[in-house]
Amino acid sequence: MIRFENVSVSYPDAPGPTLSEVDLHVPEGELCLVVGRTGSGKSTLLRAVNGLVPHFTGGTLTGRVLVDGRDTRTHPPRELADVVGLVAQDPQAGFVTDSVEDELAYSMESLGLPNPVMRKRVEETLDLLGLADLRHRPLATLSGGQQQRVAVGAALTAHPRVLVLDEPTSALDPGAAEDVLAALHRLVHDLAMTVLIAEHRLERVAQYADRVVWLPGDAKPVAGDPGEVLAGAPVAPPVVRLGQLAGWRPIPVSIRDARRLAGPLREQLGPPPTDHPARHTATPSPAGHRTRNGRTAPPADTHTGPDNGTPLLRAEDLKVRYGTVEAVRGIDLSVGEGERVAVMGRNGSGKSSLLWALQGTGKRSAGTVSVNGTDPADLKPGPRRRRIGLVPQQPADLLYLHTVAAECAQADRESDQPRGTCRAALDRLTPDIPDRQHPRDLSEGQRLALALAVALTPRPRVILLDEPTRGLDYPAKTRLAEALHTLADEGHAIILATHDVEFVAEYATRVIVLAEGETVADGPTGEVVTASPTFSPQTAKVLAPLPWLTVTDVATALATR
Amino acid sequence: MNRALHPGAWWLWALGLAAVGSRTTNPLMLGLVIAIAGFVAVTCRQDTPWASSYGVFLKFGLVVIGIRVAFHVLLGGIGGPTVLFALPEVPLPDWARGIRLGGPVTAEGLVFALYQGLQLATLLCCVGAANALANAKRLLRSLPAALYEVSVAVVVAMTVAPQLVAGARSVRRARALRGEAVRGIRAVKVLMVPVLEDAFERSLVLAAAMDSRGYGRNAGLPTSTRLLTGALVLGGLIGLCVGAYGLLDGSAPTVAGVPMLALGTVLAVAGLRTGSRRVRRSRYRPDTWGAREALVVGSALVAALATVFSPAGLGGSALSPATVPLEPPQLPLLPALGLLCALAPVLTPERKTP
Repeated sequence: MIRFENVSVSYPDAPGPTLSEVDLHVPEGELCLVVGRTGSGKSTLLRAVNGLVPHFTGGTLTGRVLVDGRDTRTHPPRELADVVGLVAQDPQAGFVTDSVEDELAYSMESLGLPNPVMRKRVEETLDLLGLADLRHRPLATLSGGQQQRVAVGAALTAHPRVLVLDEPTSALDPGAAEDVLAALHRLVHDLAMTVLIAEHRLERVAQYADRVVWLPGDAKPVAGDPGEVLAGAPVAPPVVRLGQLAGWRPIPVSIRDARRLAGPLREQLGPPPTDHPARHTATPSPAGHRTRNGRTAPPADTHTGPDNGTPLLRAEDLKVRYGTVEAVRGIDLSVGEGERVAVMGRNGSGKSSLLWALQGTGKRSAGTVSVNGTDPADLKPGPRRRRIGLVPQQPADLLYLHTVAAECAQADRESDQPRGTCRAALDRLTPDIPDRQHPRDLSEGQRLALALAVALTPRPRVILLDEPTRGLDYPAKTRLAEALHTLADEGHAIILATHDVEFVAEYATRVIVLAEGETVADGPTGEVVTASPTFSPQTAKVLAPLPWLTVTDVATALATR
Repeated sequence: MNRALHPGAWWLWALGLAAVGSRTTNPLMLGLVIAIAGFVAVTCRQDTPWASSYGVFLKFGLVVIGIRVAFHVLLGGIGGPTVLFALPEVPLPDWARGIRLGGPVTAEGLVFALYQGLQLATLLCCVGAANALANAKRLLRSLPAALYEVSVAVVVAMTVAPQLVAGARSVRRARALRGEAVRGIRAVKVLMVPVLEDAFERSLVLAAAMDSRGYGRNAGLPTSTRLLTGALVLGGLIGLCVGAYGLLDGSAPTVAGVPMLALGTVLAVAGLRTGSRRVRRSRYRPDTWGAREALVVGSALVAALATVFSPAGLGGSALSPATVPLEPPQLPLLPALGLLCALAPVLTPERKTP
């Protein structure tokens, strides 16, 4: 269905080709997953399928791409619209109309389909993706998961034979991601649609893939059986890493396969040791937790953790209200020194509003916040950031100068710190970012590191991060987790909002789950995330009832055995 | 069926109100127009992101009044016997004769400027009401297919503006995190870079999305047909211009009036029709005209006619109250009654979508 014949793509001012010598054949009815580090050419590969590369992006494409027998050289994207449906990374930016029904109909209007056909297909698609209740809603008022499903639906109504999706679940909470993936799974199995997906959150998609294509970036791509290819790639979901660690064959990609192989490993590991040095283990939070299940000897109960006697940040009955919408409805929170807190919850459950209100720059309708005894909202922006720093969801919003060096110098100036403070902080997070680089040209991970360094420059004790793992690959996430560990050990309190359960397992000591602006769970990571399958990391699912959450923990446990 | 009204109906309704506003400087009438536009906008608007645009336009109108009055105070204009205060007059060189900077400010002039500012504000409020009630994008969907490319360009341009505002807001908030309350000319530079970069990126993403969804698929029409379409539309436009000029200018030869206008219309329609065949698009659930649309448009038409053709005895003379000498404005009876008809849309059945 899709055939790449010796395809290379290069841009005039780039040091090397973005894609080189790709030979790939995706047969009909296959779900093919494209993986690779950030910047390895995943998006380029996807956009070459419908001819956006090179017709829209420029650059040179050598070789040949055939889709359903049509050569993309002679067929620009618009002429392939009836064969290929493309869902871009940010669905909202790609919406042409502003209501759900119109958006679903747009491709069909372009194809000139008669009205009765359009009516029928719109109804079908609304049902297929569970959008019927939203049909008249303006697109801007939908949640992220709903928008993503509309974008998929809009691509589907033209009845393409191929569906191409660029990171369809990266902005979604675990539940919404499940919805989207279930819909895709159904398309592949019921309609034999050919699907090509690029994704960073492999723990969500790898199990659905029939085949994985790994783009190493500097060598020929490797395609093949998901388990084998992922095991060899630098990016792989925890279940694959666990399989490698335990030496399982074939290497599992789904929880089911792994669990069926995991019996011996569970026996070898259990019962859990009492001196297990798990990094995720909980420190009793000053706010107290609601749940304590009676597990015999979870590592959490024996771990003392850093001293957190004095809470750095305390919030009482915090409320945020926008018009008639109550985003945060009375949250009590107390975070101590050295704590690494993760705030989880659906899209729109009030995570961002909570962070912004805690920092003092965002809106707060009621309640009190104190950072070391001072209410940050009473302070001017300058002194405020010396007590509590925030890295927003779009780190690029913080950056506006043209070089990394200028940003660092500006950060030093505005926080009255000696020259080089920001640069030193940046080098500790991610070394080797050239001074002359433009912040826009940095990778997602580097840009986040720069924004974090800027926030750290005035030496605040409390750091808040809003959704920092978006667009980060596994190595970048591990590096971020390590950096946050170090900061916490130095006495910072860190709170971050995220959807990424694997990252939470790696990073957090304590998890707070929000729903509709209220706290529904607050406790040590091990307890909260294993309590529900949606928030449970893969390692925990495979090893349950054993309490290990990450592959690193398992490796450490095996080594000490 | 709870369908939204045809957007064209709302725009015509607003046009009717605007026609009233442009024919009078009577503050009572203008106030009535603003009140009616606001009331209907608030009552009939749907739960949409643009529903609050009336307030924005109202504020913009206040700014316009302020500017108009400030200009009057500084530059003068209409004078009168009642001098309120005098600003120091700046002597200007000879070549700038006729322009005055500073000088006496009179009550008559001030009231005149206020009336004029209010008139502009009223027109803005009419546009604001139309914006709040009807989706401009849907209106453009109703254009003939030959103008499709133009309408898409306008739609894209229109989405950029709110995106810029939203972008500027989030960047400003993020900038506060860096400890700077950005103000003044520096703020422009600091905010512009990320906001514009973001806007450019978004428009590229949108263009790519439209391209991959089949926008501008070529129906492969021969060159001769394209030339014919172009010639017809161009000829039609020229005809329309000449015709309109002939009709408005009494001294122009008769042949340049109605006949030219008719010829131009025929040519333009023919051009648009052949052009429409070029664009092979279909339309999903096109907006239709029905009784409710007719009621909305009719109500505004009554209002406009009552003002335009109001005889002097029934209020026609009170439409432009004199400012020299100052006199309290009278309520023009017939135009005001006509204007109240424009409230009729409120009576149309509830159409808030669930």
